Amino acid sequence: MKKRIVYADHNATTPLSPEALEAMGPYLKTVYGNASSLHVFGQESKKALEDAREAIAGLINAEKPEEIIFTSGGTESDNMAIKGLALSSLNKGKHIITTQVEHHAVLTTCEYLAANGFKADFVGVDKFCRVNPKDIINAVKPDTFLVSVMHANNEVGVIEPIAEIAKLLNIENEKRRSAGHPKIYFHTDAVQSAGKLKLDVAALGVDMLSISAHKFYGPKGVGAIYVKRGTPVEPILHGGHHERNLRAGTENIAGIKGMAKALEAACREREKEQPRLYFLRDRLEKGIVEKIPETTVNGHYLERISGTLNVSFKYVEGESLMLSLDLEGIAASTGSACASGSSEPSHVLKAMGADPATAQGALRFSFGHQNTDEDIDYILEVLPRIVSRLRAMSPWWAKEHPQQ
Amino acid sequence: MNDKKNIMVAMSGGVDSSTAAFLLKEQGYETVGVTLKLWHSNDDKRRPGGCCSTEDISDARRVCNFLGIRHYVLNMEEEFKSCVVDNFAGEYLSGRTPNPCIVCNEKIKFGLLMQKAGQMNFDYFATGHYARVEREAGSFVLKKGLDQHKDQSYVLYRLGQSELSKLVLPLGAMKKPEVREIAQKNNIPAAHKPESQEICFVDDDYADFLSSYIKDFGSKVKPGEVVNSEGKVLGKHKGLVYYTVGQRSGLGISYEYPLYVVKLDTKNNSLVVGRKQEVYSRDMEVEYVSWVSGKEPALPLECDVKIRYLHRQAPAVVSSCENGVKVNFKEPQMAITPGQSAVFYRGETALGGGLIK
Repeated sequence: MKKRIVYADHNATTPLSPEALEAMGPYLKTVYGNASSLHVFGQESKKALEDAREAIAGLINAEKPEEIIFTSGGTESDNMAIKGLALSSLNKGKHIITTQVEHHAVLTTCEYLAANGFKADFVGVDKFCRVNPKDIINAVKPDTFLVSVMHANNEVGVIEPIAEIAKLLNIENEKRRSAGHPKIYFHTDAVQSAGKLKLDVAALGVDMLSISAHKFYGPKGVGAIYVKRGTPVEPILHGGHHERNLRAGTENIAGIKGMAKALEAACREREKEQPRLYFLRDRLEKGIVEKIPETTVNGHYLERISGTLNVSFKYVEGESLMLSLDLEGIAASTGSACASGSSEPSHVLKAMGADPATAQGALRFSFGHQNTDEDIDYILEVLPRIVSRLRAMSPWWAKEHPQQ
Repeated sequence: MNDKKNIMVAMSGGVDSSTAAFLLKEQGYETVGVTLKLWHSNDDKRRPGGCCSTEDISDARRVCNFLGIRHYVLNMEEEFKSCVVDNFAGEYLSGRTPNPCIVCNEKIKFGLLMQKAGQMNFDYFATGHYARVEREAGSFVLKKGLDQHKDQSYVLYRLGQSELSKLVLPLGAMKKPEVREIAQKNNIPAAHKPESQEICFVDDDYADFLSSYIKDFGSKVKPGEVVNSEGKVLGKHKGLVYYTVGQRSGLGISYEYPLYVVKLDTKNNSLVVGRKQEVYSRDMEVEYVSWVSGKEPALPLECDVKIRYLHRQAPAVVSSCENGVKVNFKEPQMAITPGQSAVFYRGETALGGGLIK
C-alpha cells in the first residue's frame, strides 16, 4: 500500500475549518477597531464581539449572552472557573472536589490551590473511566464550594455523567441552604465534548463550562467559559473593564469570530459527522482487536465520544509505537499531547486501575473531518506490522510466546 | 518504496552532533534527530548549559528545523537517574572516582536509545563522537578519532559488536576545526555554541552536587584523619568524597614537601597523602572488563593503556587475573584512580577496557 499521511490526533487539535477562517478574515484585515473604543471603528468590532457571544450562548443554550466570557482557551477557562470561584469563596468554603482523570488544566490548578490554603479531593473512577455520581456526593464536606468534573475525557473519550451529578448536587444544595453551608457550584471542562456532543448547559445543570476553539476546527488561542448568572467568580486577570469586568484584555475579535463560526458549523454537522466518525472508529477498533492479539481497548464501550480510540498492546511501549507510526505517516498520540515529554504513565489509565504496562503501552487515535475509510485501511495495514516488530524485540513477549 | 537508509542521530544541541546530522542528511540518509531529556528540568533555571537541559533540547530542535528533518525528544530521566546518577553517587561514597559519561554511553545512549532505534526500525544509529568504526576481518573495530585532541574512543570502549554493526560516526575522520567550519559555512544554528566539557548533571562542583543529592549525606560523609603512608597523622579532612587520587591542592596542610592524595582509605575513613612520587605506580587491577570484539584476546597482551580521558596512553602488559585483568605498566603512571576506566589500545584500535579496582 502506498504511504499516506493520516492525521489521527484530533483530540490534541484540529485544523482550522475554511468556514472559520473566512469568518475571521475581515477582523484580521479591515475591521481592526478595539471593541472598547467608543468611535465607529470600535463599534464595528464590538458588534462582531457581541454577535459571537450571542451565537455561542444560543448554541449551548445559555439563558443570556452575558453568561459567555471569552478567554485565551481551555486552560484559562478552567483556571478561571476554579481560581475565580476560590477567590470569591475565601471566607466561605475551602474544599474542592474533582476527579483523578481531569485534564492537567484542572488537576494542577486544584493541586496548586490545595498547596495554598485550600483543600482538594480527587475522586476516583471505575475501570471504564466513569465517575460514580454518588462518590462525588460522598466527598462533600460542609465547606465544599466547587465540584469540577470533565464532560468527556481527552485520553479515552469517556463521557462522564454530568447531568446526574448536577441533580444530586441540587438536592445537596437544598439541604445545605437550610444548614447554612455554602452553595456548591458545578463546573465542567467540556473542551473535548464541544462540537462532538450536544452542549446544553441547562440540561447538563452546570454553573460553569469551559470550551476551547481549536478542538472544534476553530483557531488556537481562544476559548470561552459559560458562567451562569449568579455564579460569583472573581477575575483572575485584572486590568480594564472588558468582559463585564471578569476578564481584562482587549478581545481577540478574529479568534472569537472564528470560534463562533466553528462551533456553529460543528453543531450543524454533528448529527451527520459524529455517526460517520463512530463507524470509522468502530471499524478500526474491530480491525485492531481482530488482527492484533492481546490488545486492550481502554475506556467505556458505549459512553465514549465517537472519534476516540485508546488501545494498549501487551508488551509494546506506547512511545516507540507512536514514533514508529509517525515515521510511516500516521499521527497518533500516547495519552494526551499536554503530558507528552514526560515518561510518567497516563494518570487517566492509572486511575482506571490499568497495570503500569498497559498504561505505558497506550496509544490514542482521535478522528475528525478529514479522515476517511482509506485512512482506517492504511492504519490497519501498518499498525499490526509495527506491533509484531516491537513484540519480536520484547524479551517478555518472547518468554510468553516461545514458539514464535 | 523508499530505499534510502534510515538513520537516527542522537543530538545534544551542540556543534558536533548538529554537524553530524547535517553530514548524514547530505550523504543521503533519511535522517531523524533524537534528543534525550535526562536530567530534571528544575535545574534549568540554575544552569543553562550541559548536554541535556531544556535549552539544549530547544537548540537541537532548532537545528533539526533548519535541516528539515524530524526531531523527537525522548524522556529517559528515570533511567538516567537510576543507571547513571545513582551509580555516580555510590561510586564516590565508596571512595572511587567515577566517569558517568562512560556509564551513560553504555546504558543510555548506546543502550536504551539504540534499542529504541531498533524498535523503530532504523537501519543505523549515529552520534557526533570523534571515533571511527571500521570492519576488519569480518568484525567491527572501534578506532580513535583522527583528531587526536578530540578522540573520544575512550568513552565508547564498552560498546560491542551489535552496537558497532549499526553505528555511524560521521565525525570520526574529521578534525574539530573542520567540523566548526562546516557548521559555520552552512549556517547550522549550533555553529558558535561553546564546548561543553563538564558532567551534565553537575553544576560546577561535584561535591556540592553530592551533598544535596545524597540522602543523609552528613551521616555518610564524615571528617577523618589525613595520614601519610607511615600512618602519621598530619591533619583533618572534610570527608573522603571531596578528594581524588593525585589531587594536590585543597588539603589545607602545610608540610615540608608538597602533599598529594595517594589513596582514599574508606575502611578507616582516612586520607592517605604523600610525596608526588608516591602517587606513581606501575600496577593495577581492572574489573568489569568489556572487549569490543566480544571475546577476550590471548593474554598476556602487550598494548597501550589509557587510565583517564586526558591521560597520555602508556605501554603495558595486560594479563589475566581473578575477576578481571592485571595491568603492568612499563613506566610508573601518575594517579591510577579507582573507579576510572582503563582502556586498552593497539595502535589506533580500542580493544576494550574496564574499571580500575
